[in-house]
Amino acid sequence: MIDNTPASVGTAAGAVPAETAPPVRPRLTFRQRLSLLDTKLSPYVYVLPFFVVFLIIGLYPLGYSAYLSFFSWPRFGVAHGPGVGWANYSHVLHDPIFRKALVNTLGIFVISSVPQIIIATIVAALLNTELRGRTWWRMSVLSPFVVAPAATALIFGSLFADQSGLVNGALHGLGLSGVDWHANRPASWLAIATMVNWRWTGYNALILLAAMQAIPNELYEAASLDGAGRVRQFLSITVPSIRPTLLFVIVTSTIGGLHIFTEPRLFDTNLQHQGGANYEFQTLTMYVFNTANSSTDPYPRAAAATWIEVLLIIAVSLGSFLLTRAAQRRSS
Amino acid sequence: MHNPLSQPGGRRVVRRVAALGAAAALVVGLTAACGGSSGSSSKTALGPDDTLKITTFSDFGYDKLVDQWNADPKHPFLVKQTKIADWDPWKQTLTSDLQAGTGLPDIVAIEGDSMPEFLATGASDQFVDLKDPSLANRWLEYKYQAGQTADGKQIGYPTDAGPEAFCYNADLFKKAGFPSDRDQVAKIFSTWDSYFDYGVKFERAVPGAKWIDDSVSVGQAMLNQTKYPFQTADNKVNVDNNELRTVFNTVAKYAPTLSTGAQQGTPDWTRDMADNKVATMPCPGWMFANIKAAAPHSTGWDIADAFPGGGGNWGGSFLAVPQQSKHQAEAKRFANWLTDKDQQVAAFKAAGNYPANLASEQVLAAQNATDSYFHGAPTSKILANRAKAVDPKLPYKGDKYAEVLGLFKSAIQRVDEGKSADESWRLFLQAVAGLS
Repeated sequence: MIDNTPASVGTAAGAVPAETAPPVRPRLTFRQRLSLLDTKLSPYVYVLPFFVVFLIIGLYPLGYSAYLSFFSWPRFGVAHGPGVGWANYSHVLHDPIFRKALVNTLGIFVISSVPQIIIATIVAALLNTELRGRTWWRMSVLSPFVVAPAATALIFGSLFADQSGLVNGALHGLGLSGVDWHANRPASWLAIATMVNWRWTGYNALILLAAMQAIPNELYEAASLDGAGRVRQFLSITVPSIRPTLLFVIVTSTIGGLHIFTEPRLFDTNLQHQGGANYEFQTLTMYVFNTANSSTDPYPRAAAATWIEVLLIIAVSLGSFLLTRAAQRRSS
Repeated sequence: MHNPLSQPGGRRVVRRVAALGAAAALVVGLTAACGGSSGSSSKTALGPDDTLKITTFSDFGYDKLVDQWNADPKHPFLVKQTKIADWDPWKQTLTSDLQAGTGLPDIVAIEGDSMPEFLATGASDQFVDLKDPSLANRWLEYKYQAGQTADGKQIGYPTDAGPEAFCYNADLFKKAGFPSDRDQVAKIFSTWDSYFDYGVKFERAVPGAKWIDDSVSVGQAMLNQTKYPFQTADNKVNVDNNELRTVFNTVAKYAPTLSTGAQQGTPDWTRDMADNKVATMPCPGWMFANIKAAAPHSTGWDIADAFPGGGGNWGGSFLAVPQQSKHQAEAKRFANWLTDKDQQVAAFKAAGNYPANLASEQVLAAQNATDSYFHGAPTSKILANRAKAVDPKLPYKGDKYAEVLGLFKSAIQRVDEGKSADESWRLFLQAVAGLS
């Protein structure tokens, strides 16, 4: 209802001068002017608090860390020291642990986000059918999301314990040998990705479900008249119709996946929080966190590492955005 | 729902502007409040209704003591204690607030192994010198010195100490045909050679159980008996030295066969303990509670009054007063009171932290407390003896001690997890090089 009022005010104001002589404009009373101001400014005033808060706790730290990444700052120093140019970036990029963390992050990201979105889409399609007790099914899909990450990590920590864990117990039961979930690099990624997927698949499924419910039923009816089966309907109607939502889900899970911190940190049995004794699953965010507590130039180096991570996230998000769009254009 | 434009909007706008103004005032007020507090560093005296703040981590056993202080009608000021769950998060807050120059309470607790980095130049300037000649003989010598900078500034008053005994599982010792009596086992723990020899014999006699619960704690104990493990006297990092390499090689040699390979506190470790699969472990006083919690139904655990290669200390904290405190005299006075004889005895009874205060140790030894879980072992007598065995000069802890120690522990953990000793050592050297 707010939407059409500025338009009507606009046309009224625009239409009048066209009919009469140009300099004569209808005089607005003070109240009308205020009212006009109200409609034009109110939306901005309403969203202002968010941007003010974002400016203080989001943009300012972002800018300051970029600034800081070019200086030295000895630990316990009260203020930052002289500028060092790109030395902090060069230190981080030459650090073998950083490279390991980079590979770990990308590895965990690929084996978590990809299956997560595929499964979420399928689960959403299943929930979109005429099930008995639909609400119950939909809510239970979300229940892992309600569990705090710390609790999730505790549960999965004992599931994936190296010697006494349930998963290795099951493997032994099948006559297979157990897996070193903390010391084997790909295995640790898999354990962490399982944790992430368990938590986020249902959440993404519900977002996709909401998009699926907006698809007009006629499309499906027409398709089934033409003899299209369930799978064909899913691929040719459902997936193309939820494209914008799918894009949103892919981009947000890319950002979330590259930020991953809580799960690997709590999965860690290494008391120095290195992400495994041999950095098997240290992620970029863990690297930033650990660097900020190290002995030489902790903050500037952590700031440099953060900015490398930010650029990486932007690049990967943009990449997955373009890739998805191209793939969908081609299919449609 | 009504259309906002159906009524005159004037008053609404006024109200909105007023609200916006209030919000702006709030933001300005908040920033002003943040900036204002760090303005003056003048020291003000506390009255009986003013509050002195202290922050500890984990459990120092001070709850009742603070209540007792506040309940005393003659108290010169009130005290409020904040407890943080773990040292790690508190260390981060402490470090960043030291740099910010504001935000810390009047007394802060600092963990023993991290103390050297707060004693280093740059950090130690941010703390008050608590030196008091009348207190010089109050604490264990090695603990008192560990709270001192190289030029003799006293940064911290010691609270507790972690003199190490050895805990052993008498049931498993009997199974292996070893003596299991508390006095007779002492010879097994007389030297590291004998300790490992018995370990090899044990593995042959009792397959399925392990001699060492976690190689890391054994490695750390051996390391604490070396002279310059990580840094030379002028604080130059030098980890590729014979002393440290010998410790590492010894632990790495026995880890694959003698150790459970689990890390303390993990689900695997807890299960090994609960299933009676662990024979020995280095045991500072605070470890007693961990053993009881992990193996509540085990009947075998006992404590030997011996430690291989001399003595060892693991853990024990300090109280320090940051320069940014406005009530330094009161803070010093309260830290003095908390670490005095009776208070440390009470703290030990509340939280099990063995006091670094010598008079408190004598009180406890005289009471001859025993622990029925450990077959009536005279815990306070054993710990007092173990504290005497610690060489106050070992090891040298430079400013990077805590960090290199962390990397060294990870190196041992890698061996425990099956990596080759040489590869793990190479990674350790690489990680240490990355510290600078």
